[in-house]
Amino acid sequence: MSILGFLIPLALLMGLVGLAAFFWAMKSGQFEDLDGAANRILIDEEEDGQ
Amino acid sequence: MNAPTPDLKPGLEAGEACIDSRFTVPGMRCAGCIGKVERGLSAVPGVAAARVNFSAKRVAVSHAPSLTEDGIIEELRKLGFEAERAADNPLGRDDAETRRLLRALAVAGFGMMNIMLLSVSVWAGADAVTREMFHLISALIAIPVIAYAGRPFFASALMALRYRRTNMDVPISIGVLLATGLSLYETVIGGPHAYFDGAVMLLFFLLAGRVLDAMMRSRARSGIASLLGRMGRGAHVMQPDGSTLYTEAERLAPGMVMLVAAGESLAADGQVVEGRTTVDSSMLTGESQPRPAGPGDTIHAGMINLGNPVQVKVTAAAQDTALADIARLMDEAGQSRSRYVRIADKASRIYAPAVHSLAFLSFCGWMLAGAGVYHALTIAVAVLIITCPCALGLAVPAAQVVAAGALMKRGLLIKDGSALERLAEVDEALFDKTGTLTLGEPRPADIGELDPQARSLALALAQGSRHPLSRGLAKALRDAGTEPAVLDDLAETAGMGMTARFQGHDVALVRPEAETAGLSVDLLIDGARTRIAFADPLRPDVGETIAALAAQGVSSGIASGDRVETVAQVGAKLGIPATGGMIPSDKLDLLGERAAAGHKVLMVGDGLNDGPALAGAHVSIAPGGASDVSQQAADAVFVGERFMPVALAVKVARATMGIVRQNFVLAALYNMLAVPLAIFGFVTPLIAAVAMSASSLLVVSNSLRLARAAGRDDAA
Repeated sequence: MSILGFLIPLALLMGLVGLAAFFWAMKSGQFEDLDGAANRILIDEEEDGQ
Repeated sequence: MNAPTPDLKPGLEAGEACIDSRFTVPGMRCAGCIGKVERGLSAVPGVAAARVNFSAKRVAVSHAPSLTEDGIIEELRKLGFEAERAADNPLGRDDAETRRLLRALAVAGFGMMNIMLLSVSVWAGADAVTREMFHLISALIAIPVIAYAGRPFFASALMALRYRRTNMDVPISIGVLLATGLSLYETVIGGPHAYFDGAVMLLFFLLAGRVLDAMMRSRARSGIASLLGRMGRGAHVMQPDGSTLYTEAERLAPGMVMLVAAGESLAADGQVVEGRTTVDSSMLTGESQPRPAGPGDTIHAGMINLGNPVQVKVTAAAQDTALADIARLMDEAGQSRSRYVRIADKASRIYAPAVHSLAFLSFCGWMLAGAGVYHALTIAVAVLIITCPCALGLAVPAAQVVAAGALMKRGLLIKDGSALERLAEVDEALFDKTGTLTLGEPRPADIGELDPQARSLALALAQGSRHPLSRGLAKALRDAGTEPAVLDDLAETAGMGMTARFQGHDVALVRPEAETAGLSVDLLIDGARTRIAFADPLRPDVGETIAALAAQGVSSGIASGDRVETVAQVGAKLGIPATGGMIPSDKLDLLGERAAAGHKVLMVGDGLNDGPALAGAHVSIAPGGASDVSQQAADAVFVGERFMPVALAVKVARATMGIVRQNFVLAALYNMLAVPLAIFGFVTPLIAAVAMSASSLLVVSNSLRLARAAGRDDAA
């Protein structure tokens, strides 16, 4: 059963990492422009006045 | 992937602080537009960076202080995009609320998963020592999670109790707190039943409902916000040295002289000092006929200058304008709306006392039957947990979000769930005329008179101008499939019109020399004059919409500020009663009368003069071209030229309430099965968790059926 002492903190830690990642994503505006990212991939780089 | 932004560019001094400005650009519709705007702006001297937010149809520009906002708008125009300053969004306050709820949801989700992990092993039969340790860890996770994720409910419940009322959040808070308290006690004494999982799961499901509700609101509001801003938020004020300076409406003061260009709307009341023009006062009065204004005439904030640029001396600004009176009427009218009780709160008025007395009775019953306080309390908590109001908290917003999403695809933005609830009750509809039943923009009455060459010349001339008549003409010609001719020397003379050369001939689109009855322009080809008259046509599907409303038992009528004869004509054409010549307070009185007669009235209007009626009606809808004030006062906004979204809204709202009622029945059935089990003490935390998830899934999947129901009625 001693494996529990390792696995439970590990599960908690992974959960916390996920939570922190979500908080970061929200704070840094990753969800601000959901449609824009989908469209930006289509912008033609060639046109950039080199 | 973005347009390149070199470190130092012409027009930017090293070390100079850049200022950030935001503009709304409603015309961005594709990936190409993003690239065009970002690259185009970045190439402008003085611009450090430009970043498009495609969802919000905005562009944020970081630029040198020497570059004015007007300059950037002009640059955007050269790129082919109409832009407006993005003022602080008056509807954007909900954003912070949505974020707070999302964070609470994430925390509750984290807690729920980890506690469930531990609970499953307890249910699987962990022995005493392991179980106690797992309960302890669960408690350590649950307490901070509940304290954080439960705040929205606790705060709202406290607020309700302080005013001696109950709402949905009171039974939720009591249930969660009691369950947590009991589970803590279990943990301390090493008992077998801890309900941490149930309490956190309850919070998670209910928060999911709240998040859906908030997201629906903020999505619709950001959609509406991108439509706002066509009205006079400021004016170009003449400076002593002859230049002009853009001044916000709040800073305008009597005595200043504003330069109002064609197509602009006035930001303050004033007197014309120089120039002659025609103004469109339909927003303010509902009167559709433009009226002339010359030196000495008083014109009001909210009117749109259709003709020549004029200089207007401000006589009243900000709080003293005719507009501000309308705003005061609106404030008063809006009071009645706040008394509306949403269906979930209505249900909880019956639900909360029922659940609480049930729990209390089972506690008393078990006490009388000789069980200990502790045992009786466990039973009571099980009753509270099992009767979790998931159907109310999750099913109602789920159904409303699905319905609002379906309506949004059809061009109707609903501001919140309560609007859907009120829409479903409507039995009468009142329409404003100008801008609501009609398009609200001048369109050529008949382009059939023009031969194909004249059409393509007219389009080529018209599309170079921002004048409302030119824009209407260009749109009508483009819709008719006309291709513009290629012109040389295209030039616009303010107040006169457009001139150009076409294959060696002089062509022009100018205003008629003599004053005409209605609006019209003259097309000149080599001196030959063709008059193009303009009218404000009815939306194409007004008749069908009124028929569709009638089929749903909603009778229609017109209440307009326009002249009685004009209104009567439209009424006769559509076969519905029509009243003209109404001022804002007349409309409000009419609504009051209908409400007193027991009718629930849907008001559809666009002008500033409709504002009070929109705020005072049982529920209201404004077209996308409406004044800012009206769009903010209305519960929903429809975009595009079609009127049908109004009838569709009532239909979908009724379907939604049908689903919500089904959900209540499902919840009642579930409670009838589960509550006796809880009262007789058969419910363990395991059964509670399974029952809670199962009932939530049931009502949510029932709500999702709406997506198909709303998607089917294309022909509506």
